[in-house]
Amino acid sequence: MRVVVVGGGPAGLAAADAAARAGAEVVLVDSERQLGGQYHRGTAQRADPRVRHLPESTAWAAEGLRLHVRTGPADSPHRTGRVLDADAVVLATGAHDRVVPFPGWDLPGVYTAGAAQALAKGHGVAVGRRVVVSGTGPFLLPVASSLLDVGATVTVLEANGVTGWARHPLAVPQKLPELARYARLLGRVRLRTAVVAAHGDDRVTSVTVARLRPDWTVCDGVRVAVDAVCVGHGFTPRLDLAVGLGCDLVDGFVRVDAVGATSVRGVYAAGEITGIGGADLAAAEGEVAGAAAARAPDPPIAALRAIRRGRRFAAALAAAHPVPTGRHGWLTPDTLLCRCEEVTVGDLHAALDRGAADGRTLKLVSRAGLGPCQGRTCGREVADLAAARLGHPLPDADAFHRRPFATPLRLGELAQHPEEDP
Amino acid sequence: MRYPDVVVVGAGVIGAACAEALSAAGLRVTVLDRGPLGAGTSAAGEGNVLVSDKEPGPELDLALASLGRWPDLLAELGADVEWDPKGGLVVATGDTALTAFAEAQRAAGVDARPITPAEAFDLEPHLTRAVVAAVHYPQDAQLQPVLVTKALLAAVRRRGGTLRPGVRALGVRLANGAVAAVRTDDGDVPCGAVVIACGPWSGEVSTAFGAPITVLPRRGVILVTAPLPPGTVRHKVYDADYVGAVASGDADLQVSTVVESTAGGTVLIGSSRERVGFDASLRVEVPRALARRAVGLFPVLADVQVLRAYGGFRPYAPDHLPVIGPDPRCPGLWHATGHEGAGIGLAAATGRLLAELVTGVEPHVDARPFRVDRPGVCA
Repeated sequence: MRVVVVGGGPAGLAAADAAARAGAEVVLVDSERQLGGQYHRGTAQRADPRVRHLPESTAWAAEGLRLHVRTGPADSPHRTGRVLDADAVVLATGAHDRVVPFPGWDLPGVYTAGAAQALAKGHGVAVGRRVVVSGTGPFLLPVASSLLDVGATVTVLEANGVTGWARHPLAVPQKLPELARYARLLGRVRLRTAVVAAHGDDRVTSVTVARLRPDWTVCDGVRVAVDAVCVGHGFTPRLDLAVGLGCDLVDGFVRVDAVGATSVRGVYAAGEITGIGGADLAAAEGEVAGAAAARAPDPPIAALRAIRRGRRFAAALAAAHPVPTGRHGWLTPDTLLCRCEEVTVGDLHAALDRGAADGRTLKLVSRAGLGPCQGRTCGREVADLAAARLGHPLPDADAFHRRPFATPLRLGELAQHPEEDP
Repeated sequence: MRYPDVVVVGAGVIGAACAEALSAAGLRVTVLDRGPLGAGTSAAGEGNVLVSDKEPGPELDLALASLGRWPDLLAELGADVEWDPKGGLVVATGDTALTAFAEAQRAAGVDARPITPAEAFDLEPHLTRAVVAAVHYPQDAQLQPVLVTKALLAAVRRRGGTLRPGVRALGVRLANGAVAAVRTDDGDVPCGAVVIACGPWSGEVSTAFGAPITVLPRRGVILVTAPLPPGTVRHKVYDADYVGAVASGDADLQVSTVVESTAGGTVLIGSSRERVGFDASLRVEVPRALARRAVGLFPVLADVQVLRAYGGFRPYAPDHLPVIGPDPRCPGLWHATGHEGAGIGLAAATGRLLAELVTGVEPHVDARPFRVDRPGVCA
């Protein structure tokens, strides 16, 4: 019985450990050198010693329960290829920052919250001295906190009204230690406020900070001088492998049953790709999915309970931090949407006006999402903007998730015959 | 509301070209598609307008007619569809019948120029030095298939035609044994004639219309690389096996290399041919075979990142010829399909030919090889 787990964050780690405890042979494939994912970045985690960890390895394609993996530094021309055949696969590929474009978001000095945190936690580097953290959601606080730790002056702008999650009955006992850490930020948080434009010639030097209505339309704005901006609007799940395998989606996430089984036989999913809920929920989901994948006789009851609780909390969180469509009013025709192909809001509207009414056509006509990142950054916002202008959602909503190669690889690597992993 | 003279089922490039030519002939046309416009096979190809891959015969005659028609048609449409007469280069690294093939094509009217390997390296500096024979085809061209489909359909609408994406044709209603209306999931559309131009789905749709023809899907996959410096790949470059793969119906997977760059600098690598029905799941061996042969032709490509792959289903008839003409079993029912991987290039002449047949004008190419009631097509 061999279980292959893809992703070494909280969900993947817990899945690998649970599967190993259940007696399966476990291979844990993770793109980073150290386990722990984005959540534990800078503090390496350990897997159960029985787990075989493949660091710096990416699963670039899946054919059923056969995974194609390359190992080595991402920019190295000497990565090795291997094929892993599994009896069950657990996908725990996580999420990356959801990007919400605004005028000037492409200037140097504007970071995703995740990138700023990775620099602070992983390398001890602050992205600037005077930093504005803007967006919505509980992730803004740990990012701001990491920036304070490395010596930056930080202001936090939360675009929604109340940090509802902090008042949630489940949040307080669970999150008390975390809240204590963030107490030093309390005087620095402004509600119903956001960065709606960044200004500067070759890097950001100032931003327009606006007060927002509940639908995120702008009341009024002022210019504020800054060195850097960090923007966070929650997360977008990394669905490449799941979609490639044909897993059903629901509301933009992988559909799973109570034990993490997807609609594809032998394929399980855990963590943020099944719904954004944070590290604790992800770990519980991973434990349950790993045990199920390894066909453990008894389900982990405590983890199942933690999942129920965690999902209620996650739902409350999501409800407290919407990203409403008033944000579209921040855009101008020359605001960049797709950085790779330099497609602006005006270009997208022109493509829609020329009759593009589905995702695939929209990509080909506007070129949005056709560049190196393959729509990972812009796809969601392009789909949202198109739906707003068309008056209905794109009929092929997965057009911006459908990527036959889950991670980029060189033509020469693709051409090589890999070793089959015994 | 006035009823259309002709309903075209299928808004791919073939349906769009038929609708354009019919409306140019003065007929009132309605175009239906169960999905969005131009989003099926037409959106899944490279945009080839080729003569180099065709042996002398009816398809080459149609291709030459189409090649002559495209520049005028595009001028009439007044649309930028990234038309690029970049020329093709077919190369061989081993023992080859390439030169004899080119000789026969020349006799049939193709501008095929056998050149030395040194001349081939002048045309394509990054080409493998293993090349021993090459033929240059200056007529080969490319266009952007989604843009051209949209431009053709826009012309139909300008002439008073109607485009109805998202409407599924269910069958046909007859009066006195002839077509009187198309039944759809959005009501009947009374009409004098209907053209089924559903590409690989023409078999299924013609069956629903009570006049089945045999058209099968053959899957193709194309790889797209990250942008390369201009001039890395300058023409459409094929290995000589391409010709054999197109004409063959035997193997379940065939791969022959076609490498070319696009306006954006990315390199497209085709083309595989798989008979897997309508199964769209990825088999890694297919892109792997494409990659291996592309790196063989252009070693410089080994270090380039593959951004994506896309695929689609080509429609082919058992004898690998297009199906264009009236259905003998049902007056008023017409077919236009079966162009396999050449539909973009053949669309201009196909549309014109179909309109000529519908309106009773002398055809500009011999229509008999494409007739519907030929062995293997009309079940």
